[in-house]
Amino acid sequence: MATPTLEKADEAGAPEPGFADSPYITVTFRIRRFNPEVSEEASWQDFQLEIDPKERVLDALHKIKWELDGSLTFRRSCAHGICGSDAMRINGRNRLACKTLIKDINPEKPITVEAIKGLTVMKDLVVDMEPFFQAYRDVMPFLITTGNEPTRERRQSAEDRERFDDTTKCILCAACTSSCPVFWNDGQYFGPAAIVNAHRFIFDSRDEGGEQRLEILNDKDGVWRCRTTFNCSEACPRGIEVTKAIQEVKRALITRRF
Amino acid sequence: MKIHKYDTVIVGAGGAGMRAAIEATKRSRTAVLTKLYPTRSHTGAAQGGMAAALANVEEDNWEWHTFDTVKGGDYLVDQDAAEILAKEAIDSVLDLEKMGLPFNRTPDGTIDQRRFGGHSRNHGEAPVRRSCYAADRTGHMILQTLYQNCVKEGVEFFNEFYVLDQLITEVDGVKKSAGVVAYELATGEIHVFQAKAVIYASGGCGKFFKVTSNAHTLTGDGQAAVYRRGLPLEDMEFFQFHPTGIWRMGILLTEGARGEGGILRNKDGERFMEKYAPVMKDLASRDVVSRSIYTEIREGRGCGPEGDHVYLDLTHLPPEQLDAKLPDITEFARTYLGIEPYTDPIPIQPTAHYAMGGIPTNVEGEVLSDNTTVVPGLYAAGEVACVSVHGANRLGTNSLLDINVFGRRAGIAAAEYSATADFVELPEDPAKLVEEQVERLRNATGSERVTEIRKELQETMDANVMVFRTEQTIKTAVEKIGELRERYLNVSIQDKGKRFNTDLLEAIELGNLLDLAEVMAVSALARKESRGGHYREDYPNRDDVNFMRHTMAYREVGDDGTESIRLDYKPVVQTRYQPMERKY
Repeated sequence: MATPTLEKADEAGAPEPGFADSPYITVTFRIRRFNPEVSEEASWQDFQLEIDPKERVLDALHKIKWELDGSLTFRRSCAHGICGSDAMRINGRNRLACKTLIKDINPEKPITVEAIKGLTVMKDLVVDMEPFFQAYRDVMPFLITTGNEPTRERRQSAEDRERFDDTTKCILCAACTSSCPVFWNDGQYFGPAAIVNAHRFIFDSRDEGGEQRLEILNDKDGVWRCRTTFNCSEACPRGIEVTKAIQEVKRALITRRF
Repeated sequence: MKIHKYDTVIVGAGGAGMRAAIEATKRSRTAVLTKLYPTRSHTGAAQGGMAAALANVEEDNWEWHTFDTVKGGDYLVDQDAAEILAKEAIDSVLDLEKMGLPFNRTPDGTIDQRRFGGHSRNHGEAPVRRSCYAADRTGHMILQTLYQNCVKEGVEFFNEFYVLDQLITEVDGVKKSAGVVAYELATGEIHVFQAKAVIYASGGCGKFFKVTSNAHTLTGDGQAAVYRRGLPLEDMEFFQFHPTGIWRMGILLTEGARGEGGILRNKDGERFMEKYAPVMKDLASRDVVSRSIYTEIREGRGCGPEGDHVYLDLTHLPPEQLDAKLPDITEFARTYLGIEPYTDPIPIQPTAHYAMGGIPTNVEGEVLSDNTTVVPGLYAAGEVACVSVHGANRLGTNSLLDINVFGRRAGIAAAEYSATADFVELPEDPAKLVEEQVERLRNATGSERVTEIRKELQETMDANVMVFRTEQTIKTAVEKIGELRERYLNVSIQDKGKRFNTDLLEAIELGNLLDLAEVMAVSALARKESRGGHYREDYPNRDDVNFMRHTMAYREVGDDGTESIRLDYKPVVQTRYQPMERKY
């Protein structure tokens, strides 16, 4: 197994703001590689980098791709935790690579990076997102209203707006859904992200489609599959209380009040 | 190679592309080609708000908004377009609310509004509350809401399809759009999309700078595709540097932070914007604030051991207000800087943010092949386009507005066109250029590396064509870019595969950045004046006699194959407002 090493950190690794001069450290990134054009088998590959520990894991992946191995493949875009492209399993836990600083995940030991679980790996850290987005589309994630449209905006009190504020933060990164043991074992389960997005509309005072969405989620593959393991809440890079949102949907199903 | 046929093809699925798609899908058979999953688009990174004179919280009207937009753009704005922008802003915001967007609310339950840079009451008297917002994730909410409505309307997406070429066929002496050529990331397959109408909504090109708020994927692919086919690019020298990027990283910290009362301070703790903009202070327009920050730094009043940044101070604001109105940016400070904004000021510096220039269009989104001629079947909207509502400097909250107003207009205009027009015959061997480009890169054995050329490009752009420019610095950039373009011909990649080959795509994206950087620098060199985001230290004043006009840059290829850039100029549309000295 190749272990290429960068002799010297370049300028991209210059000390970061807000900190005293910090020495570069040597970090091993142990990455789960898979490319069916090369081999049907997945394997681990180690890369050693000289890097500032206050850099992001995404910076390290870029360093590897740009300077050591151009074939390393992963998705990314905004690089600051808002686009949701780079959810991956880092040291066994789902995180966004662009929101995880190396210093915060024990760089003394090799840092493992692998694709999120429960979705088919296409190449290296890239998974097939289609089943994830299909579950999202299935919960009717759009405002449903009846009657004539008002001339101006629909009114909503600040309290009513606050009711579903938490679940509007979702960036559809799949960190929650792909951390859920039920989802791993049964790809039919809607998964936390779809339920979060159903919650965002069910508890929106302007929406009139709550009953329809609740019926969808009452399905055998719906909310009742949730075993309240809290993996999803821990995984959410936006700090959404995912398990709480799922519990609120369950309660709404029982009481039909929302 | 696969060939597809659609009435309307939209390139890009950010705010402008999806707003267009909602209209076009209702009226025509529409496909959206997008290099990212729609919700990954950089519209989602916009924070502060969307301007509209709703007058929900204080007196306001669209004429004041038009004036602020024209003045903010340093009178290079086409005033007819700005008037449409400001008038249609109101319905545009209301439409989004009806689509489900969760705006923050007033105590009455109407859409709340806050202050933003350059937006004023009665032609500059005082700041006005015009920005409609959803905490500091307004762009995120717009992107989500538009995607949700695309799901509702059944919009057909081709995700992770990179459009690499624009097809043009001459019919009876008229150049018409025939379709586009796209590269499918998952398989490496090349697809030709024949379409009656094509709308570019593929976003900006800020990645040619090093310190930038732009996503890695903002590489000007749409601008480059049409430019290489001989169509002009307008006003490319005008690039906006947002005053408050996180020091060295460039991550955006919304102007809404100053709208909520945040203050910029130098190393002495002085609120320096009082000197530069006595009325609007920290809420002067972005070009003014960015220059003021660099003036403080150059005169030795910057913060930190190297004196290379200033502070955004939020410490006097109640923590509840920060939590409710600015939760994301305060978290960025904690995550990336280890700083607690309740108690500590945040180190910031200007960050490359927004291209005012782009593909020239009229107010219906139709692309122009010169100062007046429309290319039938070709449209553009959003940051990729130049309509021009932003002129020499865009006002904050006017870009989320632009994508909604002109995305909608382009979607309607394109679909109405494709309802009556015929398909234009594809050129012979339509995928040839892309196939050759991809094969050349895949088989290249040259010694140059993408990463090295990109790094040198970004460094020369930051050093030479950022907030302050001179003839000397711009010439240095032009020469360097020329050298890098030569070296790019000798570039090779490591990944030779077909499946998810992002190594290949990064090489293609770099080619786009190099082309656009050259256009930008050459356009900047010729503009011997200072206006909005283009500040020439050797020509510090605005020159309305010689430069009250838009730059139009054309790629020309000589008989011997040598490429050059030809500059031409286009008059500015003036309706109500005569140019005045710009003070804040």
